[in-house]
Amino acid sequence: MSQPESALAEAQGGGRAPESLAALAARYGLRRAIARPSMPAYLRQLWDRRHFILTYATSRNVSKYSESMLGQLWQVLTPLLNAAVYWLMFGVILGQSKKIENYPAFLITGVMVFTFTQRTVISGAKSISSNLSLIRALHFPRAALPLAYTIQELQQLGYSMAVLLLLVLVTGEPVSALWLLIPVTLLMQLVFNIGTGLFMARLGAFMRDMNQLLPFITRTWLYASGVFYAINDRTRDLPDFLRWALEFNPAAAYIEFMRDLLIYQRFPERWAWVTCLFWAVFALIVGFWYFWRAEERYGRG
Amino acid sequence: MAELTEELSQVAPEKPQTKKAETHNSKAGTPTVIVDDLHIVYKVYGAASDAEKGNAANALMRILRRQGRPQMKEVHAVKGVSFVAYHGDAIGIIGRNGSGKSTLLRAIAGLLPPHKGAVYTNGQPSLLGVNAALMKELTGERNIILGCYAMGMTPSEVRAKYDEIVDFSGIGDFVQFPMSTYSSGMGARLRFAISSAKTHDVLLIDEALATGDREFKRKSQERIKQMREAAGTVFLVAHNLDVIEETCNRVIWLHKGKIRMEGDPQEVLEAYNKA
Repeated sequence: MSQPESALAEAQGGGRAPESLAALAARYGLRRAIARPSMPAYLRQLWDRRHFILTYATSRNVSKYSESMLGQLWQVLTPLLNAAVYWLMFGVILGQSKKIENYPAFLITGVMVFTFTQRTVISGAKSISSNLSLIRALHFPRAALPLAYTIQELQQLGYSMAVLLLLVLVTGEPVSALWLLIPVTLLMQLVFNIGTGLFMARLGAFMRDMNQLLPFITRTWLYASGVFYAINDRTRDLPDFLRWALEFNPAAAYIEFMRDLLIYQRFPERWAWVTCLFWAVFALIVGFWYFWRAEERYGRG
Repeated sequence: MAELTEELSQVAPEKPQTKKAETHNSKAGTPTVIVDDLHIVYKVYGAASDAEKGNAANALMRILRRQGRPQMKEVHAVKGVSFVAYHGDAIGIIGRNGSGKSTLLRAIAGLLPPHKGAVYTNGQPSLLGVNAALMKELTGERNIILGCYAMGMTPSEVRAKYDEIVDFSGIGDFVQFPMSTYSSGMGARLRFAISSAKTHDVLLIDEALATGDREFKRKSQERIKQMREAAGTVFLVAHNLDVIEETCNRVIWLHKGKIRMEGDPQEVLEAYNKA
């Protein structure tokens, strides 16, 4: 009871009475225009916006290449050219290919899998900060934007995977029953990417310098993830904790998992399953929670 | 509950204006939007003055001296605005450029977080405008679907509204072409057609929308009128004072982020024209 009295005194002292308006609002059951919804409500809102998320992702993909002459063909050409450049550098010039069996397939698998996560991280970081006008014009759960960006990358991955499978076959690897596990590992990676994208979206929204810093971070990550070399070859001489850290690296885990399926034709070890699953669940929970915590503040920056 | 009303009755004499408005509008209904001592502060990047223009050495010195980024300026766009809007109100908001009109509208829509104070609303106020969601490289067709989803419509609603949107915009076969090929009038018509396809409880209209040729202007004013009747409360920002006088029953005059005057359209407009 002391609370309203002191508030009242304050209001009278100030010559105006904001509390009366708050009370009026309460009396008629009006709610604050900006209030972060509870987590279940937020998830429900996000589910209601699934059509927007999908359409937005597709539209961005369509409009992305609409200015270029080759148009949608770039969806296939980009991953192919990427693989060609890396193969030229590390396979031919630096001569990695002698140490690793079927190096082209090894390399392309690594590049494709890593690119999926790398692009999600970079675009996720921009998803809020480059859509401020949209955020300031319409009302929707903000997580729809990083989600749409991740879906957009998933759609691109469809083309990359087709290229990847084709190249793996061309380099002489057989089709095996293990290919049935490809959707499983992609799903785990997708969940990891969604979580990471959400996390990066909040970072990118409030830290303007993130976009300048990200290329260096992702490049370091690329070199540490065993895209060009076999991690267990290189880490044999390293101290235990460093080796453990390198192998626990989520990007390396997803890459190794895919190589097991496509190249080595072996069922991934339990350690690989645990790592991939752990990162997916961990990233999703942390990323989503972290993003949701600032829901009402996006758009101010 | 009793405590609340008691508190209110004690406070009431302090705020005769609100009380009067409440009794005056009692038959029109209940409050739908309450703006309580609202402050909005913007952060603006890249607004450095000439003297402190950024070069690398200056930036380093600033970090060493632990000063903030000079490129980041805070703009206090709305400074302590309070009012109550009731069911059936059509409120015009007038003021010079940069007086905080659009910012206030966005804050009511819940799109800008208040720095201080609060906005209380009944249901979700919506801003009339989907421009930001549309992509000019895409066809009108795709943009209609994208815009409708962005406003939160369901697939069946989109299907039901699609033809109506195309008809209303009057762009005809151009709906198959990318929006970048449209004339500015056609683009504006399509955008207005999309954004006015949804019904709202509390509707916020920022001028710029009523563009196009005379025929379309008439059509869109008609549409705004319909939407006003369907909506509980309408806020209208406009520089065109005739529109305000025709459609609004209350006018708020914003000046440098504060309410300069509020009340009957004729009185306020007269004072505004003199100023």
